[in-house]
Amino acid sequence: METAKVPTNVIQVESLTVCYQKPGLKRLTFEAVKQLSFEVHPGEVFGFLGPNGAGKTTTMNVLLGFVPPTRGTARLFGIDVRQPIARQRIGYLPELTYYYKFLTAEELLRFYAKIFGLPRAEADRRIAALLKLVELESAAQRPIKSYSKGMQQRVGLAQSLINNPDLLVLDEPTSGLDPLGRMKVREIIQRLKNEGKTVFFSSHELGEVETVCDRVAIVHQGELKAIGTVADISAGHENLEKAFLKIVGAAPAPTP
Amino acid sequence: MNKIFALASVVIKELYRRKDFYVLFVLTALLTVAAGAVNFFHDEKIVRYIKDICLLLIWVSALIIAIVTTARQIPAEREARTIFPLLAKPVSRGQVIAGKFLGCWLATGVALLVFYFFFALIVGSREQIWPVASYLQALWMQWFMLAIVIAMVLLGSIYFAAPSSTTTITFVAVIGLLLLGSHLKTIALQQPEPMQSVLTAAYFVMPHLEWYDLRDFVVYDLGVVPLRALALATVYASAWTGFFLGLTWLGFRRRSLNT
Repeated sequence: METAKVPTNVIQVESLTVCYQKPGLKRLTFEAVKQLSFEVHPGEVFGFLGPNGAGKTTTMNVLLGFVPPTRGTARLFGIDVRQPIARQRIGYLPELTYYYKFLTAEELLRFYAKIFGLPRAEADRRIAALLKLVELESAAQRPIKSYSKGMQQRVGLAQSLINNPDLLVLDEPTSGLDPLGRMKVREIIQRLKNEGKTVFFSSHELGEVETVCDRVAIVHQGELKAIGTVADISAGHENLEKAFLKIVGAAPAPTP
Repeated sequence: MNKIFALASVVIKELYRRKDFYVLFVLTALLTVAAGAVNFFHDEKIVRYIKDICLLLIWVSALIIAIVTTARQIPAEREARTIFPLLAKPVSRGQVIAGKFLGCWLATGVALLVFYFFFALIVGSREQIWPVASYLQALWMQWFMLAIVIAMVLLGSIYFAAPSSTTTITFVAVIGLLLLGSHLKTIALQQPEPMQSVLTAAYFVMPHLEWYDLRDFVVYDLGVVPLRALALATVYASAWTGFFLGLTWLGFRRRSLNT
């Protein structure tokens, strides 16, 4: 008998709880994330939304291996996030540019290619293609510290794609970018989507989320408040922003 | 292993692109050359003092390079937040620690090589003898002593957020170990019980950095150390280095790093 192959979820989070210890002698803890469960399917663009302090960043930190879960599990491609190999097929673009500024863009990309274990020829090919994609070919031999903010953001984008990732994790990808930079990020998300890649991103820019996301999750005070397609969540509201404000309990009072 | 070498290569690149390393390096080289050029009262035995001073300079400079370079590795990664894109890649925290250690140790080794080369040139030009085996042994032992120091500093850098705190504390600890190692046993024998047993136990459980100081062999032309002793000292240094790196890994592997 032939069994149908069930595709593994790209991200699988089950009953995730993350506790932090408050500074001080009493060693009090608080739960930044409470019993969070959701999954992200292959090929979808998934928006992870919530107001400041909702637990978005903590959840992303768990997925990227920066913070260990206190309880529950988180998996990438079926592998526990605590194992480094779980991150073999992901690309990560942080909100701000956190790169070794004494390296040139080419050196940085080559370093990350080595970390991913790419063969030399493959690394050369990808580095050339990515430098072209982010339009940094002419500045590739200059140290990153001499780049403008926009150029540094583009280096970030290039490094997040060095391993041709199946999942791209973006933390506030368009914050601090000029309109051209935003357009570039949107283009890349769209291109990745067309290639069947999965994109997981957190954002405050709900208009943008509405445009590019297939599904969204809204978290508030560490708990999952809503999850579904943009159309499902926005149903009965003017737009996603109004639905979001209602869900997090911050809807403006009706005008008399 | 490739990942560890890649991480180490970034540490080395950072070091040779920083100006403070060159300042220390040039200063040591200049002082060594200056000391070698001086001929007080045309005393032929003066070369022994010159050797002593030059080797002391090399010891202090290598120690400063090793401690200062290592102390800022992990705190600087956390402060500049470069640790986040790095750990978001398929690299374990153990590999990060191993890469940092290897980079600092190799860089210190290169600095030592250059210092000893200068030293050999100066002394050779005065004495017209080239005890290469003796120099290489002194270099080898110093390099392995610095491996213990670098591993200690990495451990400190996990717990102290500021590189300056790690630098100061480790520097005091290393100087303390070097001084205590030479005298603790003698002091212990002069103490009444139970202090004698406590100090003797402390003598046996502390890392003996002073064993790696072969300066007297070079200064007084005492020849070479038997290879068996050299091999044992290498194993001893490797064991202490492994111990400190293991503790560093235990402290770092589950540490929460919030973006």
